[in-house]
Amino acid sequence: MLPGFPEAAPLEGFVGGLLIGLAALVMLLGTGRIAGVSGMLSRAVLLNRSGTPWLVAALFVVGLVVGSVVFAQTVGPVEADFPPGWGWLVAGGLVVGFGTRLGSGCTSGHGVCGMSRLSKRSIVATLTFMATGFATVAIVNAAGGAW
Amino acid sequence: MRAFLALLSGAIFGFGLALSGMMNPSRVRGFLDLFGEWDPTLAFVMGGAMLVMALAWFVQARMAAPIAEAEFHLPGTRAIDRRLLGGAALFGIGWGLAGLCPGPAIASLGTAFRPALIFVAAMLAGMAVFALLDRKRA
Repeated sequence: MLPGFPEAAPLEGFVGGLLIGLAALVMLLGTGRIAGVSGMLSRAVLLNRSGTPWLVAALFVVGLVVGSVVFAQTVGPVEADFPPGWGWLVAGGLVVGFGTRLGSGCTSGHGVCGMSRLSKRSIVATLTFMATGFATVAIVNAAGGAW
Repeated sequence: MRAFLALLSGAIFGFGLALSGMMNPSRVRGFLDLFGEWDPTLAFVMGGAMLVMALAWFVQARMAAPIAEAEFHLPGTRAIDRRLLGGAALFGIGWGLAGLCPGPAIASLGTAFRPALIFVAAMLAGMAVFALLDRKRA
């Protein structure tokens, strides 16, 4: 689909991205808040006391599951190759959970919402997590741990 | 109204994630594999999402209040400090290890329950550790 990148799915990615942007638009213009998943999740499980109403956070999180299940039921199975073994998931999950709370956001809050708002803070955060993401994969590959 | 909009936003988000391929950890890992067989799909996802959100911010600046709430509640923090940098750096490391960030991980609970649950449980534990340390600090 994309010359030089046989694995890429640019069209599905772009249209999916438009929908993700639409979702964040609905949250922003509808409820006046940022559709940041890490913040909404920690609010939904009562791990932060931010001003987001609990029901808004909880229903947003439930909606994520509903949306992917609707996709699987109507369009087709969601392709997903997970890392082999628990270790990657446990280590990755712990660090993602701690880091997103410390840094006040993840790919959705800082990446999609903050960068499009031209927030310097979010641009710096996004460049930082992309850089350490690139470095982590490079190091894992060099150590023979590619999956 | 705002409850409905929150659920709608989440559902559109989850559907979009599924369509975009970002619920596939190996594809996300492919994007982060900059020095290997790089898969640029994630950049197209970000581009599409930011295009719509740029429009949203343009409209937001011209609205007195959101549709279902008395006022906007937007982050006003501007500080680029060690918390932001350290937190983002850690997040990127975890993202690279597992190929998952919070959105796709939660959305995967409906389609790939077992691995998604392991990641989400660990992620919640990490968030809980942060909440404990942050409470002590305050």
